[in-house]
Amino acid sequence: MDKFILKYFNLIRTIIAVAIGITISVFIIYVMSETPGLTLRTFLLGPFLSKSRVANIIESASPVIFCGLAIAVAFQAEQFNIGAEGALFIGATVGTAFAVSTHLPIFIHIPLTLLVAGIVGACWSFIPGILKAKWEASELISSLMLNYVAYFLGLYLINYHFRDKGAGYLVSYKLPETAWLNQFIGGTRIHWGIILSLTFAFLVYYFLYHTTLGYEIRTTGFNLRFAKFGGINVFKIIILSQVISGFIAGLGGMTEVMGIHRRFNWQLSPGYGWDGIVVAIIGRNHPLLIIVASLFLSYLSIGGQVLNLLTDIPSEIIVVIQSIIILLITAEAFLSQWKYRITVREAAKKEVAYEPTS
Amino acid sequence: MEKILEVKGILKIYPNGVIANKDVSVDIEKNTIHAIVGENGAGKTTLMKVIFGITQPQEGEVFYKGEKINLKSPHDAIEIGIGMVHQHLMLAPDLTTAENMVLGIEPLRGKIFLNIDKAFEVTKKVSQDYGFDIPIDKKIKDLPIGIRQRVEILKALFRNAELLILDEPTTFLTPQEIDVLFNTLKDLKNHGKTIIFISHKLKEVKQIADRITVMSDAKIVTTKEASELTEHDIAYLMVGRDISFERISPPEKMGKPLLSVQNISYINDENVKLLNNVSFDIRESEILGLAGVEGNGQSELIKIITGLLKASEGNIYIKGESIKGLSPRVIREMGIAHIPEDRMGYGVADKTSLEENFIVDRYYKSPFSKIFRLIWKYITNHSRKLIEQFKILTLSSKTTVSSLSGGNIQKVVVARELSSEHEILIAAQPTRGIDVGSEEHVHNLLKNTRDAGKAIFLISADLDEILKLSTRIIVIYNGEIVAEFTDVPKISGKYLGPYMLGVKKQEAAVG
Repeated sequence: MDKFILKYFNLIRTIIAVAIGITISVFIIYVMSETPGLTLRTFLLGPFLSKSRVANIIESASPVIFCGLAIAVAFQAEQFNIGAEGALFIGATVGTAFAVSTHLPIFIHIPLTLLVAGIVGACWSFIPGILKAKWEASELISSLMLNYVAYFLGLYLINYHFRDKGAGYLVSYKLPETAWLNQFIGGTRIHWGIILSLTFAFLVYYFLYHTTLGYEIRTTGFNLRFAKFGGINVFKIIILSQVISGFIAGLGGMTEVMGIHRRFNWQLSPGYGWDGIVVAIIGRNHPLLIIVASLFLSYLSIGGQVLNLLTDIPSEIIVVIQSIIILLITAEAFLSQWKYRITVREAAKKEVAYEPTS
Repeated sequence: MEKILEVKGILKIYPNGVIANKDVSVDIEKNTIHAIVGENGAGKTTLMKVIFGITQPQEGEVFYKGEKINLKSPHDAIEIGIGMVHQHLMLAPDLTTAENMVLGIEPLRGKIFLNIDKAFEVTKKVSQDYGFDIPIDKKIKDLPIGIRQRVEILKALFRNAELLILDEPTTFLTPQEIDVLFNTLKDLKNHGKTIIFISHKLKEVKQIADRITVMSDAKIVTTKEASELTEHDIAYLMVGRDISFERISPPEKMGKPLLSVQNISYINDENVKLLNNVSFDIRESEILGLAGVEGNGQSELIKIITGLLKASEGNIYIKGESIKGLSPRVIREMGIAHIPEDRMGYGVADKTSLEENFIVDRYYKSPFSKIFRLIWKYITNHSRKLIEQFKILTLSSKTTVSSLSGGNIQKVVVARELSSEHEILIAAQPTRGIDVGSEEHVHNLLKNTRDAGKAIFLISADLDEILKLSTRIIVIYNGEIVAEFTDVPKISGKYLGPYMLGVKKQEAAVG
């Protein structure tokens, strides 16, 4: 039993954290709500009770999966680049600018627009990468700051150069239909972007665990000195991991524009990059677990919206649950005493086993 | 004699499962300088952390002046009169000496503001009381390291420390500063203080200590009066056993030089010259042993040879080709394998599997990968073979390295390096901290490697190991090669000692 717990400790810890988060929110709902039974049912089951809500979960998971993957690639190399939000934003704005100013057949227009957005995102993340590799500037700080630069630069581009003056609010021109990602399930907004995000999750998984470059990224993350010792060019890896991260985020942002709104309409930073950090942490940087974490997060936030609509509980409760879960998962010390006791028990056992021979 | 501190039956296991102290008991007599010696990782620092309340043991008791104490934090320890000077000093660099001195127990003006005049006054008084000559109004960052250390000692004294723990205090000091420190410590003893002095430098220990405790492998080996032990004795006790001391037979014949180190000097960022004009060759079928007390430039020399550090001057040739400016990978491809001295720092990535650790130098080559795809099937088979061949105790090739014992982790490193295509092997501390059986195994592997015509550079703090394996021995002291011995069977560790400690020097061996 002890051995089993030690082996799957992280998974067990995550499940316990999620369970505690939900238990506490159930408790809060119970105390706050006039009709706790109905509220709880709405919160936990609500998201599944109609086709459009289930579709909503899937739709809103898509950009989060992209950002989660972006964050995970950087985090696997121990590069704390949290610039997915900025790369997504700048990728989506420049991608939009490209899409509305070109006329191409659909089978070129879609991939080329995605590629442009991805490359812009990659270039964006190259900045903290090179700053870290060359001058040891903290990528955490530089990528965070660059998020603001991306935001205002992107807004400038859209509002001053690509603004649709015919629309009653601040949005870009509508993309030509050749740059639309088709919504392929009637009555929902589920579009090809979600398929693309799932494909990317598998691609990133394959990349990280089955290619030489992925091995270099993970090894650098595990132990930078060991990687250097073994001959890995860690300078290259520090930059490349962040560039790849930016590419995924930029491309992911563009799918959202091409699949849902068909024009750029974010006047506020959409926050997918931050959710991406959350799911990367919950999914422990594993691409396939990130899909699960994104769907879970999406489920929670749709649950929150339904709560807001149908009951007396505000949707902010979701933020409370999220925060508790993140807090518990990231708090290294959470359950560490428990693990410590088991470790001591195991270590002491080994000692006894040695003793008779000495 | 009166005992100031008694430690009984300490067991300390860290959260990662490492047993750092086992059944550790020791008495510290009042008004003595008590040295605790042992290799890195022997458990000295852990024991001090227990005594100072930084960490709490699973089992065992500590008595201070006859009373059982139960320390929850260093604060508790300071309260009852125990002070500690850490290896890496704990002073606020932007504050003055006086401000550091009163940190946490500041004299106040109006119950809110620091009374700086009072701070200066008390600092002056306490430094005069103990005869310390320190500038009290200078910022710590502007003071040399030896003075900073005196401030830290004085800080402990100001808090009425009667028992003072110094953790490897000479690590960053020059010889002159060490002399000053030792005089200070003797003075403090005359003032009635008790000092625990942690070190792995035998010369210093003999010079300063009244009593000596030797630790090895998380346990106490012995505690004796300093006069009863010679440096050689201590060295033996530190290694923890009296191994059968049979030298391996010399190689039948040696070939051409494979590795040639020429006039290497290295000056670090702090402008300290750590290597001074080091030159030597190693030939086919030769094991060149580098003897020396740790910290005399060995680490830097190894890193320069393997491309992890750039030399300030000089050059290195592998089979006649210069390695100047080449990356560690290219140097490896030229035929170097490297067992690093810092096993956990450089030798493995302990959070991942044995398989991933085995391929760090070869994952990009066929058949480990094709184009860009890792061939896991082959890697797994390869790993299983290594596990079997090198008798590594592990559940499977997918097991995480951190769950292995120290000896088995070392075997992972040795297995990888010896199975790489190499002609020159840099073996640094190849058997540090591993059990006798594994040590024997590693020694045999090194001998076989030599007999296969390869050149081996053996760096070890363990003199017995050097004498047992080497075809030829050079001695390093303070970054210089001070002696060379070609007739290894005729010499003993006692003979090497004075060279290692810088007392003697062969003129011919230099330059």
